[in-house]
Amino acid sequence: MIDLLSYPFMQNAFISAFLVSICAGIVGSLIVVNRMVFLAGGVAHSSYGGIGLAIYFGLLPLLGATLFATLIALIIAFLSYKNKERIDPIMGAMWAFGMAVGIIFTDLTPGYNVDLMSYLFGSIISVSKNDLYIMFIFDMAIFLLVSFYHKELLALSFDSEFAKLRGIKVKFLYYLLVIMISFSVIVTIRAVGLILVIALMSIPAYIAEGFSSSIYKMMLYSFLLTLLFTIVGLLLSYYFDISSGATIILTATLIFFIYSIVKTAK
Amino acid sequence: MKPVEVKNVNFAYEKDRVLEDINFSLNKDDFLAIIGPNGGGKSTLLKLILGIIKPSSGEIKIFGKSPEKNYLKLGYVPQDTNINKSFPIKVMDVVLQGRLGLSKKFWGFGKEDRKICLEALEKVGAEAYKDKRIGDLSGGQRQRVFIARALATDADILVLDEPTASIDSKGQISLYATLKELNKDKCIITVSHDVNVVLGFVKKVAYVNKSIYIHDSPAQNKSEILKDFSLSDDHVCPVELMVNEQMCLHQESKK
Repeated sequence: MIDLLSYPFMQNAFISAFLVSICAGIVGSLIVVNRMVFLAGGVAHSSYGGIGLAIYFGLLPLLGATLFATLIALIIAFLSYKNKERIDPIMGAMWAFGMAVGIIFTDLTPGYNVDLMSYLFGSIISVSKNDLYIMFIFDMAIFLLVSFYHKELLALSFDSEFAKLRGIKVKFLYYLLVIMISFSVIVTIRAVGLILVIALMSIPAYIAEGFSSSIYKMMLYSFLLTLLFTIVGLLLSYYFDISSGATIILTATLIFFIYSIVKTAK
Repeated sequence: MKPVEVKNVNFAYEKDRVLEDINFSLNKDDFLAIIGPNGGGKSTLLKLILGIIKPSSGEIKIFGKSPEKNYLKLGYVPQDTNINKSFPIKVMDVVLQGRLGLSKKFWGFGKEDRKICLEALEKVGAEAYKDKRIGDLSGGQRQRVFIARALATDADILVLDEPTASIDSKGQISLYATLKELNKDKCIITVSHDVNVVLGFVKKVAYVNKSIYIHDSPAQNKSEILKDFSLSDDHVCPVELMVNEQMCLHQESKK
């Protein structure tokens, strides 16, 4: 374990596990209590369009993903705000649209880009210093926004109609929440890949919800659970020399199945 | 100035007229039950009063101003079914939401807010479960918590949407008794399905089926209101009415 930490790529991997856990804890909890898991999945997948565009134009892929995911998130919020029951077809369309844009633009880019796979399935051991800075900035943004609006976000999540009748700007908060979801997709994408983001955004928070008496405890517990899943997954993937993103998700889903079975059997 | 004034209000969804020529006003000490068949416009009327939707024509005033401007005067108690019961939140934190926009503290809530909320919980007899998770309560207990949250807003008008929808007859009676107590210093409007129970507690009944008919002193005009109601609403079960009546009598004889 100690000698593992002497490798710079492993140091980066552990730091990114920590950074991923922060946003999975905070935003993942908000996603689960607001029943927006599907939306998070849609934003994550559509960000592929931004990666394809960025590679085509020779920009930083994570930057492309950020802009594209935020744009898609805002469009989804705009289309679905008035009619949240009809969100499914909108999400389905956006999900596929982003993936399609990504595939076409990588097709148009000369030469096969191996690195692209790491955005799909993640590669926590190839996270660079620059990626860490980006992840840290978005984590800070999420942390500060949620701290500042914690009362209002709690009211919105628990009973949005009541919150609205008390003069809370629920529309603004809904947009803010959707933007924070796109931020957390960006933070997690390097670790587990955009296909698997949805698992880290929902599983730890779902398990934590069961034994938390407040949403802040839920955030703390799901932070700790995400940290556990990512580090255990990372170590397993290192020792068995298997794909890190998939191992992290397998660790999380395995615990999820055990938890769900035990909970249902009770 | 009257707490609620509704003048010549019409409302239509698309082309469907839901409410026609609604006129009524309430005094500070009123306790109004809105009854009527499903789809008759009860909830629509409630949403209009709350300012969630706007009338197609006519006007609604809450203490002389539009509901959107005077929303702080309205304490809303939603239907229990709209609440996510697995939400990790304690009763006290639910009630504290009533202090949104009123708390002197910019970040979080203060001691004073907690005191107000505890008093609100005491008023509805729910202080014992202040530290419980909201999902661990029964339907009736939860409804009391939501009433406490509305009380914590210090609003002058309480607006309840079918507060007893998921509660048994005994619980219904005890809840309406609490509301009657609260009516001493609050104007109360409640949508209700439990016609027979509600008649024993409220001061006015608004029968809404596209148009509105207000009955004063419902306790005396009970049979007349029930006749109105049973003609139009096929899901009122005569047995249920009778059982409720017996429960009311039983409850009153105990006092």
